[in-house]
Amino acid sequence: MSLLEIKNLHASVNGNEILRGVNLTVNPGEVHSIMGPNGSGKSTLAQVLARRENYEVTQGSVQLAGKDLLAMKPEEAACEGLFLAFQYPVEIPGISNAYFLRAALNALRKSRGEDELDAMDFLPLLKEKMRLLEMDEKFLNRPVNEGFSGGEKKRNEIVQMAVLEPRLAVLDETDSGLDIDALKVVAKGVNAMRSKDRAIVVVTHYQRLLNYIVPDYVHVLVNGRIVKSGGPELALELEAKGYSWTEAEPAAISR
Amino acid sequence: MSTINQIEDLTKQEYKWGFVTSVEEDRLPNGLNEDIIRAIAQKKGEPEFMLEWRLKSYRYWASQEQKQAEPKWANVKYPPIDYQALSYYSAPKQKKELKSLEEVDPEILKTYEKLGIPLHEQKLLAGVAVDAVFDSVSVATTFKEKLKEAGVIFCSFSDAVKEHPELVKKYLGSVVPYTDNFFAALNSAVFSDGSFVYVPKGVRCPMELSTYFRINAQNTGQFERTLIIADEGAYVSYLEGCTAPVRDENQLHAAVVELIAHDNATIKYSTVQNWYPGDKEGKGGIYNFVTKRGKCLGKNSKISWTQVETGSAITWKYPSCILQGDNSVGEFYSVALTNNYQQADTGTKMIHIGKNTKSTVVSKGISAGHGQNTYRGGVKILKGATGARNYTQCDSLLIGDKCGAHTFPYIEVRNASARMEHEASTSKIGEDQIFYLQQRGISKEEAVSMIINGFCKAVFRELPMEFAVEAQKLLSISLEGSVG
Repeated sequence: MSLLEIKNLHASVNGNEILRGVNLTVNPGEVHSIMGPNGSGKSTLAQVLARRENYEVTQGSVQLAGKDLLAMKPEEAACEGLFLAFQYPVEIPGISNAYFLRAALNALRKSRGEDELDAMDFLPLLKEKMRLLEMDEKFLNRPVNEGFSGGEKKRNEIVQMAVLEPRLAVLDETDSGLDIDALKVVAKGVNAMRSKDRAIVVVTHYQRLLNYIVPDYVHVLVNGRIVKSGGPELALELEAKGYSWTEAEPAAISR
Repeated sequence: MSTINQIEDLTKQEYKWGFVTSVEEDRLPNGLNEDIIRAIAQKKGEPEFMLEWRLKSYRYWASQEQKQAEPKWANVKYPPIDYQALSYYSAPKQKKELKSLEEVDPEILKTYEKLGIPLHEQKLLAGVAVDAVFDSVSVATTFKEKLKEAGVIFCSFSDAVKEHPELVKKYLGSVVPYTDNFFAALNSAVFSDGSFVYVPKGVRCPMELSTYFRINAQNTGQFERTLIIADEGAYVSYLEGCTAPVRDENQLHAAVVELIAHDNATIKYSTVQNWYPGDKEGKGGIYNFVTKRGKCLGKNSKISWTQVETGSAITWKYPSCILQGDNSVGEFYSVALTNNYQQADTGTKMIHIGKNTKSTVVSKGISAGHGQNTYRGGVKILKGATGARNYTQCDSLLIGDKCGAHTFPYIEVRNASARMEHEASTSKIGEDQIFYLQQRGISKEEAVSMIINGFCKAVFRELPMEFAVEAQKLLSISLEGSVG
């Protein structure tokens, strides 16, 4: 069974149709990259998958491990193993990173019928993941994302992903605003998460990130449709030629 | 449904503590005049000096009432109050002196139990001595013996008047004179009871002192009077928490609290206020017009106010500090929440008189539904207050688009060496924040409660532990229905 099965997905924001029939199948163990020009619907797709309100699905279906994702609330999708690394992580004043992430992990564990972790069990786990992402321990007690630099916020997203161990991770422009060193650290963190049971969907505007997180498949999203799919070489082609040449081609059925 | 709509649904939860206890009441006829004042003093068996003070207060109040009635500057709206339609004294009938809890009317005890007030053994275990005020007369006081050992006086105001008249005479009205304002004058004239605390020189009060107030009699204004004195080097922490039953009529509550800290003394005063806020349409609810003020009389003294205000239809309250002693410190930490049609106009005044006096003001206002939340603060640095410092932080959080947040900070500096800092912010509870937490698996309700508690953290950490937990729960309950 595929992990994610998107069929003919149409979605609107404030009455404007953004997604116009997206098809995509993602199997466990695979890394897919969705590339596309600004305004093509990349982030909308990520938000729809994470069940953001105000993104209205008008047609189509999405199955997450055989379950109807579109019937789920955001927290239910999360409990089913979907993780979104945000393009713009928000700040939550007064709530420490460690407290927040333990609450999140325990919410997931509870939904799976597992015991909740207390702070003593949780802290070593969190510290280990923070080391992987080269984040100082001082971030443990800092309020979630408050006063973090752009790069720190993005790394913090991947720390969360590492702690929550999702089945399907969607990274929304995780590379934006990162310098090359931070990009390498983030890529290292993501690569460490690659496994045969987990799939990762990398949404990005630039090919640069894909030098470090090498995808199995690349899809080009233009005007709300996937117009071209291929292997990692497609990303290089896009880098060389830009997006405009893909727009002329007919919508391809992506695998 | 959008998040905001769900947010609104969540706040529409009914008031949890709405019930009425039927206890035989001993009450005076409605109306206010000198005869009523005399009757109150007589019923309470007060000495002559009290009656005189009450009469002076009443005359001042009556003259004010004729002139302009209530102060009009507060940012709150309510229909005129008919002071002649209220009854100014009601006490549960007591047949004889009570020696133990067993003798207390079981109906009253049941009320306390419903409120979760641990009047029995649990309370002793918790280490909290409680002077429980039922309507206007104290019916039970616990832990007196242990306090007595330490030399701490903690009793009802009535008892203090009888047993320690010299202290009452010396300090009553010394911080809030009856001429201070309309409601303070009214309170001074008719107050029926309250709490009295005296901590002698060098004594650290061995436990947190706690009083639970509860308005019960229909149409009876509750006029509490609290007086706390910390003598040189003393320390005391006082907790005040309130709940009140559901009523249709508006009930007037005009309390006065006076704190006096001598040299090197510290008073910490914490309040969780949960009077009945009225229903979803804004019907009913308590009018909470309170005057609270502390005087840092001695050098190095400190007074710290912490309040969590979630109840009352209207709150009008400015716990303040007069920083008279050199190096004295005043603090005010406040969370005020207004939901549905609640209105709050609250804040503080910090008056710097002594040298090197320091004050800190942290105010967090949360508005939901049609709630209107006003912060009103005054910081005054007088001429002699060389080296004075103030830090003010004032944040407002809006939930939904029908509520309001207002800020009126007044700053008056007459000494050039003063250092003032003022920070203010207004934000809407973000759908972004809620979604972020939900995406990590946290339910919407939980997410909102987390965000609100994060917003209020700087205040909650000033509360005693158990109170902080209670306050967090109270905020969640008060907001249920307004945030999805």
